[in-house]
Amino acid sequence: MVELIATTPAEGLLPTSRSGVTLNEIVLEQVISIAPFAAQAEGVEAALGIKLPKVGGSVAKAGKELVWFSQGQFLAIGFDPTDAVMGKAAITNQSDAWCALEIKGSKSEAVLARLVPVDLRASTFKQGNVLRSKLGHMPLHITRVGKDAFRLMSFRSMAGTMVHEISRAMDLLDARG
Amino acid sequence: MRVDHKGLIDRTQRVNFTLDGNRYQGFAGDTVASALLANDQRLMGRSFKYHRPRGVLTAGSEEPNALISVYRGSDVEPNVRATVQEIYEGLVVRSQNAWPSLGFDALAVNDFAAPFLSAGFYYKTFMWPRAFWEKLYEPVIRRAAGLGGLSGTSNDAEYEKAYAFCDVLIIGAGPAGLMAALQAGRAGVDVILADEDRQAGGRLLSETYEVDARAGHEWAAGAVAELESMDNVRIMSRTTVTGVYDQGTYGALERVNGHLPKGSKAPRACFWRIVAKRSILTAGALERPVAFQNNDRPGIMTASAVRAYLNRWGVAPGRDVVVFGNNDDAHRTAHDLQNAGVHVAALIDSRWDVTPTGDFPIFTGAQVCGSAGRKGLEAVTVRTQSGTEKIATDCLAMSGGWNPSVHMTCHMNGRPEWRADIASFVPREGMIPGMLTAGACNGTFSTHGALREGQAAALETLKALGKRATACDLPAAEDAPTRMTPLWAVGGTGRAWLDFQNDVTVKDVKQAAQENFRSVEHMKRYTTQGMATDQGKNSNVAALAILADVTGRGIPETGTTTFRPPYTPVPIAAMGAGAEGKGFAPERMITSHKRTVVLGAPMIEAGMWYRPSYFPIEGETHWRQSCDREVNMVRESVGICDVSTLGKIDVQGPDAAAFLDFVYTNTFSTLKPGRVRYGLMLREDGTVMDDGTTARLSDMHYLMTTTTAAAGNVMRHLEYVHQCLRPDLDVSMISVTEQWAQFAVAGPKSRELLDGLLDQTVDDESFPFMACGDVSIGDVKGRLFRISFSGEHAYEIAVPARYGAALFDVLNEQATALGGGLYGMEALNVLRIEKGFITHAEIHGRVTAFDIGMERMVSAKKDCIGQTMAARPGVNGPEREQLVGLKPVGAVKQLTAGAHLFEAEAEVNRINSQGYVTSVGFSPTEQSFLGLGFLKNGRARHGEKVKLVDHMRGIETLCEVCGPVFHDPEGGKTRG
Repeated sequence: MVELIATTPAEGLLPTSRSGVTLNEIVLEQVISIAPFAAQAEGVEAALGIKLPKVGGSVAKAGKELVWFSQGQFLAIGFDPTDAVMGKAAITNQSDAWCALEIKGSKSEAVLARLVPVDLRASTFKQGNVLRSKLGHMPLHITRVGKDAFRLMSFRSMAGTMVHEISRAMDLLDARG
Repeated sequence: MRVDHKGLIDRTQRVNFTLDGNRYQGFAGDTVASALLANDQRLMGRSFKYHRPRGVLTAGSEEPNALISVYRGSDVEPNVRATVQEIYEGLVVRSQNAWPSLGFDALAVNDFAAPFLSAGFYYKTFMWPRAFWEKLYEPVIRRAAGLGGLSGTSNDAEYEKAYAFCDVLIIGAGPAGLMAALQAGRAGVDVILADEDRQAGGRLLSETYEVDARAGHEWAAGAVAELESMDNVRIMSRTTVTGVYDQGTYGALERVNGHLPKGSKAPRACFWRIVAKRSILTAGALERPVAFQNNDRPGIMTASAVRAYLNRWGVAPGRDVVVFGNNDDAHRTAHDLQNAGVHVAALIDSRWDVTPTGDFPIFTGAQVCGSAGRKGLEAVTVRTQSGTEKIATDCLAMSGGWNPSVHMTCHMNGRPEWRADIASFVPREGMIPGMLTAGACNGTFSTHGALREGQAAALETLKALGKRATACDLPAAEDAPTRMTPLWAVGGTGRAWLDFQNDVTVKDVKQAAQENFRSVEHMKRYTTQGMATDQGKNSNVAALAILADVTGRGIPETGTTTFRPPYTPVPIAAMGAGAEGKGFAPERMITSHKRTVVLGAPMIEAGMWYRPSYFPIEGETHWRQSCDREVNMVRESVGICDVSTLGKIDVQGPDAAAFLDFVYTNTFSTLKPGRVRYGLMLREDGTVMDDGTTARLSDMHYLMTTTTAAAGNVMRHLEYVHQCLRPDLDVSMISVTEQWAQFAVAGPKSRELLDGLLDQTVDDESFPFMACGDVSIGDVKGRLFRISFSGEHAYEIAVPARYGAALFDVLNEQATALGGGLYGMEALNVLRIEKGFITHAEIHGRVTAFDIGMERMVSAKKDCIGQTMAARPGVNGPEREQLVGLKPVGAVKQLTAGAHLFEAEAEVNRINSQGYVTSVGFSPTEQSFLGLGFLKNGRARHGEKVKLVDHMRGIETLCEVCGPVFHDPEGGKTRG
């Protein structure tokens, strides 16, 4: 009987920190994409008991998180909506596709300023807000998860580059003193 | 020389640096220029063309003469302005454009050849004899030309790029900018205040003005302290806003560690992109020199520069200073010097109608018309009503008035307007949406005017942002009117400099007009005036004034040239920060990467993915040994290959089938669930875009695969088709390339391996050729596809990527146990060539379905993208280059990709090329080199001999044309 062992996307690369900022891997056990079929958005909401978030938003309810992902697409994090929405929406397993990192600390916004070309100021990018942008040259899904904390998601295969680019930004910012 | 009791430098901190190996000492806060002047070193450079001795002309970033190279280990930064480079302990700088030394420059002979080197001389010379151009003229010119040089080794300095966002960007932290920042900051909006200098204050740092009954620089320091205490205000010093771009985007270069001693790990510079809702330009103004004969000697500088060196750096640039100007502003220079105890040899004002006072010789209605002292100013000649007179002097402070720094307002191709009352160009309102101007850059030259306009601009900006604010009290400051009479050039016969950096004189401008280069754009390019690294900051207005004069036009009519970013030079390394080395592109790693590296497989990069070329085993020293072995292994037992990189796109929805029928040439609505079909995708112009296999998992659920390199393109294409062409279709798509780790299990023993590994039975009933289905290994749910790219009985097994590394090891173990093992890209390529399977080497973007022999795959029963254009005349028929196979049949056995094909007896020239080779490999199965390529009317020429000619590698091979499928043409092995 073969038992396959699982590895995380950034296995062995983290955590790392510099003054004012830390970088950790977040292991997302379960991520499912939901894309309601035509005229089915309300049906999906009723089936899930959660309102679908607006563009750039997210909804959290008792351990279940639903985040806006792209046009007409959402990610369910921490729960499996498959049975509830079968037939009403396109569903795929995305649990292994993403490398999720958390960057936290007073300098986290300054580090991200070197890599992410969108406005992440607390006044415009509030807690729970979500954006699709870039992290350097990589595709990015970013959520503000705290006052000085962000969740960064990019392709699993690019985990090494994610850590490398963020670490470099952290180093250079640190060196300014 | 240094002057006591003056300056904002820190006299408690001595700093040592070298210029051309000579040691100098200054104080913390000095620039290279101020420290050299303090040490009586006036000679700082040699001019570009004539190699004339030059000293510093200004005290700012517009400096045209004192260009130095800064040496930091292997990193040499050329064309650094000595007026900008702050000194630090151990700084090493070298002068430029002089050999063998600054003091004795051999190329100074150019100065004596000046009559032959006037504007545009190179358009009229170096033509004869023709042979001399490449052998003599060009190498000599190349050596003589250029300003500064690089080290020739890789620059190991680090650079950064970053983004910033704000409500108001204020460009320039002089009195106008500081006032605007205070007003806006107190109102609570997000402010970024940027200044190219190390500290805020602008002209207040260099003048003896009082603001609010305090020294100007003290008031500035107080304003900065208040701004620093505000969370919503960000001061960016040593940051030059370099350009204005669309929709409130600005480029800015921040110098980060250029002033720090060796060992600093901070980046050299950071290139910022700042997005601001509104902006206020408070960039100040630059003083104009006056053109007169020999006005370029070391010791001749602008009057404001003399005041800056005196008041900010505590340096008198000379012991006997003459002041020469056409405005009231210049008089202050004489008074400041005298008050500091420096001897003023004369004050010369070109205007008749003024009566300046002071305890020094005063000349009005007079002009400086010459100078003496080759390596350093010794005397000037003054022309008065009664004749000429020589005055001994070692420093001439000249002022021709001020040019408002309008550059930023013109970056979106606007032109400034001429104000005759101040004889200056000023910004036109609205040239940059959302930008207001205030202070000297607006033509308002008094301190009070700057404060007032800065505040007004901030209030108007706040209103536009929807913020209520009341005007705060304005501090008291001088409000002297601007009084000047234009003086562009003093009459005379000798050369009078306009553009110091490119060595362009008044004569050159007049000559350009004479040769009919009368437009300012032509004059600029013919003379190169304004084309050096200072971008004409010190000469543009004077040059066009002279051009206007000689062409009988007014200045507004003559107009300015186009202002373009960057305002000051930006290192390309800063714009490309983070993109060198590993940073150039993301590295995409397969889940089997770690193991692959441990096994010693060399990696290749394909579309950002890293894939193994081959897996060498002990005893193998050449890649062909490994490749041949791996090919045989797959054909004889079983091979494992990581194929996760191929694009996988999940397509679901009530109209998924109709959607695929539309994007593919063949039909997918007829595919049964649990089956896989090969599909061909065209572009709208009828050429092949991509190919792949698509599986139907259920009624409304398909899984498409694409080639590795085209995955992103296909995804984008599908989204475009859905959103723009067929929004009526109810379908959804998402990439699952990363979700699944996928491995090819190929060879006669592949079924045996999988049957033993998977929970499910794998046999012909459960998995006939081109079937797919869910499988599992214990708790791990996966998918199995019976498809083959090798031409053997083969499968691809997919598991969630978290199990990829583990599954790879298991498959390797089990394959090895069956006499097989791992294979890489080289073997994969040979296997598919043996079967005539195409890759993007064949579908390279210019071939049609007809060319690759798949025209029958374009279904006539339905529409699809590309169908109409694929039926155009000219893309079907015997004139097309069609896919063929090639085998060497002569003595030479080598085939190379990229070689061209010719009829056996034809002359090898461009016109006779009949096609080309796209893929080659040595086939251990056929014991021969095999090739795929395209040959005109190839399908009708099987059996014919053609000549393969590789011009680059010098190879010529006689080949036989055949079908592209060399091995098992019936396909029995895959179906077994």
